[in-house]
Amino acid sequence: MSDPRDLVRGTPDATFTLDFDGRALPAQSGQTIAAVLWGAGIMAWRTTRQGGSPRGAFCGIGSCYDCLVTVNGRPNQRACLVAARPDDTVTTQEGTGHAELGV
Amino acid sequence: MPNSASDPRHPAAAPLSGPPATAVAATATAASGAPATAAGASADTAGAPAAGLAVVGAGPAGLAAAVTAADLGLRVTVLDAGERPGGQYYRHPAAALGAEHPEALHHGWAAFASRERRLRAHERAGRIRYLSSHHVWTVVRDAAAAADGSGEWLLHALAGPEERPVTVRARAVLLATGAYERQLPFPGWTLPGVVGAGGAQAMLKSGLVLPGRRVVVAGSGPLLLAVAGSLAAAGASVPAVVEAAAYTNYAGRLPALLRNPGKLVEGATYGGALVRHGIRLLTRAAVTEAHGTDRVEAVTVSRLDRDWRPVPGTARRVPCDALAVGHGLVPQLELATGLGCATRTTADGTAALVLDRAQRTSVPGIWSAGETGGIGGAQLALAEGELAARSVAGRPLPAELVRRRARLRAFADAMGAAHRPGAGWTGWLTDETDVCRCEEVPAGTVREAVRDLGAQDARTVKLLTRAGMGWCQGRMCGQAVAALAGCAPGPDRRPLSCPVPLGHLAALPAAPGAPAAQLSQPSPPTPEHASDPSSEPSSDRPAGGGSAAGLPADR
Ligand SMILES: Cc1cc2nc3c(=O)[nH]c(=O)nc-3n(C[C@H](O)[C@H](O)[C@H](O)COP(=O)(O)OP(=O)(O)OC[C@H]3O[C@@H](n4cnc5c(N)ncnc54)[C@H](O)[C@@H]3O)c2cc1C
Ligand code: FES
Repeated sequence: MSDPRDLVRGTPDATFTLDFDGRALPAQSGQTIAAVLWGAGIMAWRTTRQGGSPRGAFCGIGSCYDCLVTVNGRPNQRACLVAARPDDTVTTQEGTGHAELGV
Repeated sequence: MPNSASDPRHPAAAPLSGPPATAVAATATAASGAPATAAGASADTAGAPAAGLAVVGAGPAGLAAAVTAADLGLRVTVLDAGERPGGQYYRHPAAALGAEHPEALHHGWAAFASRERRLRAHERAGRIRYLSSHHVWTVVRDAAAAADGSGEWLLHALAGPEERPVTVRARAVLLATGAYERQLPFPGWTLPGVVGAGGAQAMLKSGLVLPGRRVVVAGSGPLLLAVAGSLAAAGASVPAVVEAAAYTNYAGRLPALLRNPGKLVEGATYGGALVRHGIRLLTRAAVTEAHGTDRVEAVTVSRLDRDWRPVPGTARRVPCDALAVGHGLVPQLELATGLGCATRTTADGTAALVLDRAQRTSVPGIWSAGETGGIGGAQLALAEGELAARSVAGRPLPAELVRRRARLRAFADAMGAAHRPGAGWTGWLTDETDVCRCEEVPAGTVREAVRDLGAQDARTVKLLTRAGMGWCQGRMCGQAVAALAGCAPGPDRRPLSCPVPLGHLAALPAAPGAPAAQLSQPSPPTPEHASDPSSEPSSDRPAGGGSAAGLPADR
């Protein structure tokens, strides 16, 4: 067994490419953006506000907010929750991403 | 967006079939879809009348509760932050991923499949309205309805990636919001490739992806064995499972274990999977450092003493390209504590809701089931969900189900006590280790606040250092900060359960067609206060000054 998809006999409905910082990443319909990035071996896609250190998905379930990403110009989306869609343009996010939220 | 609130498949006039809920203040007329008037306007932006029961969370607990309540004739609205029902345990690939055998990554898949079928059948019959991708950020008593004693609740949610505001009205609420992982920081834990153990499991189950090819699994608790087994089955090599507790801790708890043969078999199955995949299980050991520059390249594993202090001279380096780490789970309580529900400290040292035998919280009209009442696993969550639904519907509680819950709770408590972190784990931290991931607050700063500035609790540390004030609102660092401050971790106290766009906050209740005056708001949030994503919304408000946007103050 070499791939998780073999285990569940996954044959996705559709595959497409996701535009990530100008790179075309292979994506399967039904995957979250974080899953597409992990699938491409990308573990970091934003930098922190103060230290500028790299971060990606950590908790995997929407609680840590480490996986924030800009999707179609909309910053601060949790990549582990948002499904990847064929026409999406995803860009790495630096610092706050300039969105105003109350937490 | 399937199942969105404006989905025409959910007619506004879906009838409440069957007998009315007896345990619920029966005011079915209050919001029966009548034309909007100031007091009687339906605040449900989905256009539906008030539900008999609103369930927050579609994990095992919420699902079981929703289908049981609908079976008993209640009209139920289920809101879940995820795209698919199932919660953390029954997390599974989207249909579009075409998994022919989703059960390959699951125990107890049949239990989920049967409940999902019932959910869909009730949905078609108009008894259940299932709102996926709806993150409930606060639950408040409907001030207008409360005035005439009808005791209705308003649930405010953000729907879909576009974060549309949606408000749902219900006469009873069941909080089945589950848990998140307890993380204990260590040097290097912010490196890419270091991920939550449950997080790795969640990403694998839903997205069929792995964090790396060679993954060390570390932390504490039974979840680690399940995670290691899944990762290995999915093709990763797992050099070791590193468990901080000693399994001899179980010795004193045999009675609770022996009364749960099913759970023991489950444990043996996980153990068998480790053996089959050649995975080493190291107990009383911990990953005390992760190494790498852009991502993790190796970890240091150290032996621990009884108090979880690293034993000098025992450190070994293990090469890997990912680390899946977690020290058990923490009940997710912010909606409940926001409502004022009482909490207690569990055997594994976290806060959980105080619930009576009918799954009622201390706040009348609010029920809870599953991990919110203490970490206990999917089977317990299913049993509690069913009990809660019967209670909401005013039905007797089956004795067998009550016994089953007690037995599973006792087992969970025995496990929780065995894996409770020892105080010495803070010895893993150097002063440079970031404790708070969001605000990047190092352990040295927290220690300074405790030592030099006299902070004696997590809240004071937070105010002095900003640890816990960031995006995740202390979900990742709360347990660690409390330990460094030398106090027991308190229950989640966050006025909002997720960040909320300012417009929605300012316009609360933000329900188109629902007059803002319906919620008597002491004071709207000031824009400059709420616009800082890392500001603490309410606890630093002057006492007596009310609370933000009608939300309960941080106590
Ligand atoms: C990351 C993770 C991975 C896990 N993996 C396993 C495993 O592999 N094996 C195992 O035996 N146990 C696992 N567990 C434990 C497992 O979650 C529980 O035993 C079981 O799922 C508890 O059921 P529940 O219904 O109480 O909560 P959950 O299953 O956690 O369900 C809670 C649901 O509530 C939703 N929710 C939470 N807050 C809100 C909100 N504010 N608004 C709307 N919806 C909300 C969540 O999206 C989720 O769907 C895992 C736990 C976590 C946290
Ligand atoms: S990985 Fe934690 S929020 Fe997405």
